[in-house]
Amino acid sequence: MTFEKFLFYVFSAILVFAATMVITRRNPVHSALFLVLAFFTSSILWMLLEAEFLAIVLVLVYVGAVMVLFLFVVMMLDIDQAAMRAGFIKMLPVGLLVAGIMAVEMFLVVGPKYFGLDKYAMPAPHPADYSNTEELGNVLYTIYMYPVEIASVILLVGIIAAIGLTLRRRPDNKRIDPALQVQVKKGPDRIRVVKMPAEKKMEAK
Amino acid sequence: MQFEASSLIPVLPEIFILSVACFVLVVDLFMEDRQRIISYFLTQAGLLVAVLVTLGVSQPEAQVVFDGSYVRDGMSDALKIGIYLISFVAFLYAKDYLRERDLFKGEYFVLGLFAVLGMMVMVSAYSFLTAYLGLELLSLSLYAMVAFDRDSKAGSEAAMKYFVLGAIASGMLLYGISMIYGATGSIEFEKVAAALTGTGMENKVLVFGLVFVVIGLAFKLGAVPFHMWMPDVYHGAPVTVTLFLGSAPKLAAFALAMRLLVDGLGPLHADWQGMLVVLAVLSMALGNVIAIAQTNIKRMLAYSTISHVGFILLGILAGTSEGYSASMFYTIVYAITSLGGFGIVILLSRQGFEAENLEDYKGLHERSPWFAAMMMLLMFSMAGVPPTVGFWAKLFVLDAVVSVDLVWVALVGVFFSIIGAFYYIRIVKLMYFDKPEAGELVTAGMDTRVVLSINGALMLVLGLFPAGLLALCARAIG
Repeated sequence: MTFEKFLFYVFSAILVFAATMVITRRNPVHSALFLVLAFFTSSILWMLLEAEFLAIVLVLVYVGAVMVLFLFVVMMLDIDQAAMRAGFIKMLPVGLLVAGIMAVEMFLVVGPKYFGLDKYAMPAPHPADYSNTEELGNVLYTIYMYPVEIASVILLVGIIAAIGLTLRRRPDNKRIDPALQVQVKKGPDRIRVVKMPAEKKMEAK
Repeated sequence: MQFEASSLIPVLPEIFILSVACFVLVVDLFMEDRQRIISYFLTQAGLLVAVLVTLGVSQPEAQVVFDGSYVRDGMSDALKIGIYLISFVAFLYAKDYLRERDLFKGEYFVLGLFAVLGMMVMVSAYSFLTAYLGLELLSLSLYAMVAFDRDSKAGSEAAMKYFVLGAIASGMLLYGISMIYGATGSIEFEKVAAALTGTGMENKVLVFGLVFVVIGLAFKLGAVPFHMWMPDVYHGAPVTVTLFLGSAPKLAAFALAMRLLVDGLGPLHADWQGMLVVLAVLSMALGNVIAIAQTNIKRMLAYSTISHVGFILLGILAGTSEGYSASMFYTIVYAITSLGGFGIVILLSRQGFEAENLEDYKGLHERSPWFAAMMMLLMFSMAGVPPTVGFWAKLFVLDAVVSVDLVWVALVGVFFSIIGAFYYIRIVKLMYFDKPEAGELVTAGMDTRVVLSINGALMLVLGLFPAGLLALCARAIG
């Protein structure tokens, strides 16, 4: 067993452990933190496959942005733990059965019979100065320019849809409008002198 | 690697629609509510100019640009023009309805334009990646449009269902694509088809991928047993969105099926034909039978759509160019018919009242003889009664199926379309032989009335002279 293979098995074991913990922990914050661990280990697996760029993006995007947001939401929401876990044990055998059947089926189709090393030779390892990111950047903005443009339009639609569906202008909102605030001029705009009849001094009794 | 600016010419229609969408988005920011009509006019003008742009870049031979991810051919030109015109009419019907309900916002048209862009990308896709991205662009815009009426609970629920099921379908499709990539080593349709020539069922990975691609397609088309989202989405969405959802995207879905199955996986025809037979037969059976039990016209038309999807699949599964053009003819005719059908629903709805139930159509003849006649033509066309165009559409696809010796499938199709005729003719009966319960007259703008009249009359005109449209479809398929 080479060192790489050893690393692969170690990190795979951590990944499977973390993934199991995500769905079995009682505390949703723990689940989210184990998901972070799962993302980290899968990014290391990608690193072993020499897909450095994907590994970095997984950490930056999923761990750095998505999971932080997720943790934030989990902490803000009042989740009813009992309701979430109701029926877990009852459903477990069915779930295991379905998962088992799917795993066997996937092994039969995606397994070594069709994707073994005799079918697809192992790619030659790249030299140390090979930059995965640079290669990706080269094809992304030349061959795949059209898909990249469409993907950017999809993101734009996502922004429009999110704002369009959630932005509400409420009349009872006590928000301050900075544009109006800076237009206030010196003098009568700012201070209004109110004339009042003089009041008599209260006399202490 | 050399980039040539001339390769941008075939893509001009997409660039144009994208620019119009962004322009409307920005212009709309600077408008008061009462000037909002300007966004509407800009959108409509953009769609009409896009027809000219598409005709301008049209050429007899097919062009593949962007390193094999984009194709412009006869089918893409014809379907794109169809999509512009159908979306144009859909926005026109929507205008008054949206204004009465305080939904007349720029985003509606911006999202609509992005949906049109998504459809164009699907129609012109020449690799699995572009096909998928176009589909996502279309779906994402439609999810937001379904939820457009934020105060409607049914609308939000429908959008949620549509979103979740649409995401599952996309996942299925992507999984299938990844299998096909694994087996053939490419995501470009041309190279996939070349790699597949000669291999059939023996490669299990390919069949596995094919099954997932067909499932993803069936979800998006709404074929049984992947139809569950359709009635709820059609019912829950504002009727103008249902109208849009049920018309132009059908053309794009047809194009997607053609591109994926015929252009990409064409050599596996023997494998996917059987799957499509099952989907088509189930769709025709279930759609027509369950539609009978509906009392809500939007749900009824949703089940009717499911049965029509079955017929569209019939033409594709035949696997001949006659079959493909018959299927394209059917799709275009169906899109125009459903445009008219939902147009009537919009026409009869007023502020605070949705003409959703079948009872609302009672005695329409006494209230508005002209639109009752239009609705009758539309319903007859959906049922496939001659001399309306729906008859020819059904005839051509059945002819294509019979010519590849699948007579039993054609018989099933005829049998269930006879059952389906019941619920279409029930509406005609309600309109002509029942007394009206409410005495309101139809109040709609002149533009809606004129276009709706043309839409209804088209059923008859195309029914009497179907040759032109059929020749156009045959030429488009090539």
